This record gives sequence, structure tokens and C-alpha cells, in this order.
Amino acid sequence: MDAKQIDQQELLRDETDPLTHTPVHLLSLDSVGKHYGNIVALTDVTMAVDNGRVTCVLGDNGAGKSTLIKIIAGLHQHDEGVLHIMGEERKFGSPRDALDAGIATVYQDLAVVPLMPIWRNFFLGSELTTGFGPFKRMDVQAMKDITKKELADMGIDLRDVEQPIGQLSGGERQCVAIARAVYFGAKVLILDEPTAALGVKQSGVVLRYILQARDRGLGVIFITHNPHHAFPVGDRFLLLKRGRSIGYYDKKDITLDELTAQMAGGAELAELAHELEQLGGHGDVVKQVQAEVAGVTDSTADTGRAPQ
Amino acid sequence: MTMTQTISKPAVTDERVGRRNPLQKLLGRPEVGALVGAIVLFIFFAAVSQTFTQPNAFATVLYGSSTIGIMAVGVSLLMIGGEFDLSTGVAVISSALTASMFSWYFSMNVWIGVILALVVSLSIGFINGWILMKTKLPSFIVTLATFLMLTGLNLGLTRMIGGGVSSPSISNMDGYESAQAIFSSSVNIGGVDVKNTVFIWIALVAIASWVLLRTKVGNWIFAVGGDANAARAVGVPVKATKIGLFMAVGFCGWILGMHNLFAFDAVQSGEGVGNEFLYIIAAVIGGCLLTGGYGSAVGGAIGAFIFGMANKGIVYAQWNPDWFKFFLGLMLLLATIVNLIVKRRADSSKG
Repeated sequence: MDAKQIDQQELLRDETDPLTHTPVHLLSLDSVGKHYGNIVALTDVTMAVDNGRVTCVLGDNGAGKSTLIKIIAGLHQHDEGVLHIMGEERKFGSPRDALDAGIATVYQDLAVVPLMPIWRNFFLGSELTTGFGPFKRMDVQAMKDITKKELADMGIDLRDVEQPIGQLSGGERQCVAIARAVYFGAKVLILDEPTAALGVKQSGVVLRYILQARDRGLGVIFITHNPHHAFPVGDRFLLLKRGRSIGYYDKKDITLDELTAQMAGGAELAELAHELEQLGGHGDVVKQVQAEVAGVTDSTADTGRAPQ
Repeated sequence: MTMTQTISKPAVTDERVGRRNPLQKLLGRPEVGALVGAIVLFIFFAAVSQTFTQPNAFATVLYGSSTIGIMAVGVSLLMIGGEFDLSTGVAVISSALTASMFSWYFSMNVWIGVILALVVSLSIGFINGWILMKTKLPSFIVTLATFLMLTGLNLGLTRMIGGGVSSPSISNMDGYESAQAIFSSSVNIGGVDVKNTVFIWIALVAIASWVLLRTKVGNWIFAVGGDANAARAVGVPVKATKIGLFMAVGFCGWILGMHNLFAFDAVQSGEGVGNEFLYIIAAVIGGCLLTGGYGSAVGGAIGAFIFGMANKGIVYAQWNPDWFKFFLGLMLLLATIVNLIVKRRADSSKG
């Protein structure tokens, strides 16, 4: 699938991107829902992804983030609502369908083989070959060069492509997986909690690569439970809680504090402040949290769960 | 497309490049521990025995190594692919028995039996791999079962068809001479007779190394052994790769089986039991990781060479061969420990 297709006028529908006023989203969900038997995993979720934009999906454990990405990645099919890819209604039967539509997913476990060199991992399953018949072999030099170049283009600071990928840090491995998805023609990149297991510095590195992918024109879906990671890189924010959307904002309409409060839920945050106080936490921090809570509950709508 | 902000890219040149010097790179190779062991062992036997370094004696050592080494090629690849095969020892005999019994019973050209044996050997490999992939049982269980079944079949069918514990002699049958020339002959090099299995062995190692390091199938072998789920996620045909590896082991077993048959002219149906461990030991000494994803074909060859040296060296040193198994065990332990230390040291260059 070609990037030019996005600009073709006949694909357009009546939608416009609220940020750029370019018509048609790269990927959009409209009132999508999913249930497993009688358990409702996801209801009425609406979101959009555009090229050159980062859409963050935030939510605590069990909020339905995984179900959402599984629908987009083709592992599950939605029961309600519509999934549009470049204005065309789609329902993916398998991960292969999603990949063919240009949707690449970088899972938490990354799908890399730790003992294999970086370049072998980069091209695993899509090796470049040269020669014919029984002498068909891998084009090792080309593969190494491309790996080096692609990683350099992503700004990845690399020692040696012959290194086993297991020797890289978690953040670097994430970055190789991202670079691989970009190189193999992804239009939409889904990142499943890429910063969850990383330290502060490593998280920063991964966030930088998310922006690199965005600047290369990809639509990025960034799944996280950390608003501090989501806010600096995101253009849109979808907040999920217990399988429901509890808010969908453009960056201009929300602040980090509001996002944090929405995530935790104002009431729960107040409770946390109270608890911290009881445990003898620093008074000034507690006051700050309380002030934030007060500010948030004044300025934003109900967070979806009644105060206890 | 519009960009809301441009991100400054970090510098791509890195002062840490080149910190892995050639020596460290060499030490990072899987077979280096075995190579050190082989050199030490060679010097040791050369010192304690005058005959060991004589060309004739060395050709015998190489021959002994090749009969293990031919199988170790397939077993090493399989081990890198994350599986192992306990049925190899008796499968070699099954192959030899198939060729001899079929040709003898139907009084046909020996070559027809040889081709049938190839089909049988590849089928045993295919069945091992197919059951493994279907049931997802550990390869230990599946191949232990085929080991036992083949042991029984070898004995049972040989008695049923030939009426004894060994296959009848086929030395006077059509095609025997030409088959013997292919599978069991000698080449005279500078006055020394070298068995042709040595050259078959070297050729197999070369082909296996090329496949492993330079083809995409080799990439897949490392991947299915290293992390089968990750390999599947990026589109590697995991089942086909693993079944193919079992069939490659079958192919090696066929070559050795044919050699065993044509080196004499009959096969003992109870032979082969226990040999599967020798092949696995050669692969492990050669630096193939038991858990898969790491190793080399050359390593397996060096492992087989160590085995051959120890086996014949004890004889040339005029020691009691009773001690051989003890030495083999000690060697296995030392080699794996050396591998472990070398690998850790080489990998810690990460810093």
C-alpha cells in the first residue's frame, strides 16, 4: 500500500481531521465493541489515527486496551461498530490481513530472537536473497547495510549489527522492532506498552523513536498506562476504563494534569492523597495532589465512577 | 504530510564501535571451546604416543571421527533448531537393514534397496518431526518412543525375514561393488589410505555451514531454536523448518547406514543402541546449545574429531580401552564448562 493513496480524493468520506483539516483518517474506529460470550470487553469506542500523528490509548489494567489493539491487529474481530482503513470499511480475519493493510504491531514481547544478531532479527521471515536455484543465498552485505542505515535513520545509536539482539537494552530492542516495522512498509504502527518495563531514561529513548516514526509519516497508536509518557508525544488521547471510552481529546483540549486525573479518577486520587497523608507522606506533596484533584474535578466532567 | 515539530536525531556515530576486537569476536564463536579442547587433546596424545601422529594412525582417527561426524552434522543442525533426536543411533541401522533385507529378499539390484533405504530414513525423520509438531510434546519423549519402536522393528523384522539376528550377506548381489565404491572405499593420498567417509563428512560440514550461515533456511533454523513463537510471529514457517531438520538427520543416517552396510556386507540388527548419545555429545562438545538457537556445524565436526581422537588415542597410547567412556564423560563436562566460560566472557563485552 502506497502513501500516495491517502491523498487520493475518491477515497475520501465526509470526515475531516480536527487537527489538520485533511480529509479521511488513515484508520478510524466508530462505536466499536467486542464481547467474549456474555462478558463485554469493549463497548462504543471511537478513535482515529492519521499519518504523522500519534494517538494514545490510555487505561489501567483491564481497561480494554489489549482487546482494542487485538481488533486493530486482526487477532480478534469486533462485534459492533465499524473499522475504517483509509475510508474503507474493513474487518480483519487474521494478523496477516492487518499486516497486508499496513498495520504493524510491536508487542511487549517483541518477537525477536535474543541469541541472533541484530541484522538477522531485522530481516527474519523477510530475508533478502540473491542467486538462483541451489545457490540461492542471503544477501548478507545488503541486509547488514540496510539494517545499519534504517536504524541510523531512526537515530538509533548502534554498536554493531552483528551483536546478538539479546545484548541490547529493552529500549533499544523496542527501537529495532519499531525500525523493522517502519522498513517493511507499515502505515500504522501499534505499540503495545513499549515503556512499561523500562526505566526513566530508556522510556525517554523509546518516546523519541515514537516521534521519529511519526515524523516519517506513520500513524502511531501508542498504548500505555502512563500519562506522563503519553502526553508529550500524543496528538490525541483515548481514555479507556472497564471497556468504555471515558474521554477522547485532542491535545489542545486537555492538560497533563487533567489527563492524569482522568486516568486515575478524581475520587480515587483524593483517596490516594488521604492515604498518603495517613502514612506520613510529605505534606507539601499531599497538598499539591489535593489541589490538583480539586482543580480537575471542577474543570472536567465526571470520570465515570461514582465516589465511594 | 505536515510535521508538528522536528526531532533532532542523536548522533549515529558511536565511539563504542570497534570495541569488540577480532580476538573477542573469535572467542564469541560457538566452536571455540571445542577447538581449544581438540588442540589440547591432540598435543596430549602426540606426547604420550609415538604412533598417534603417524599418517596411517591419523587416517584411522579421521575415519573414526567421520563415522560420528556425519551424524553430528545433522544432529547439530537439529539441536540449533531447538530439538534433539534419540532415535538416530538405531535409525542408522534401520536404514542399513532396509537396504540389505529388501535387496536380498526380492533378489534385486542393491541400488534399489539403497534408494528405498533413503525413502525410509527420510520418512523416519518426517514422522518424528510431524508427530512433534502435531502433539507439541517434547522431542525427548517423541524420539524416545521412535527409538524404542525402531529397536524392536530392527530385531523383529530381521528375525522374521532373514531368520537371524544379522542381515544376510549381500556381497554377491548386483550393484554391490558400485555401491561399495560410493559408500565405503578408500582414497590413497601420499601412500596413506583415507576412507572416503572422511571426505563425505567434510563435504556435509561445508554444505551445512553454508546453509546455516548464508541461506534464509539457516536464518530460520536459528530462529526456531532461539524462540519459536517470535519466529512464527514474523512469518517463519516453524513446522516446515523443524520437520525439514529431522529429515536432514534422516539423510545423514542414511549415508552412515549405507557405509555400515557396505563396509562389511551384513548388519547386526541389535546395533546402534547408545550411538545417538555420541552424536549428541559431539554436538554439545562442539558448542551447540542444548536449548537451541546457538551453535555451528563446524563445532559438531570438532566435537566428533575430539571423540575420534580420544577413541583411537587411548589405543595408540596402549591404555586399556575400558577407560574410554570415563574420558568421554570427562571431556563432555570440561568442554561444556569451557564453552560456558568462553561464551560468558565474550558476551560480557557489552559493558
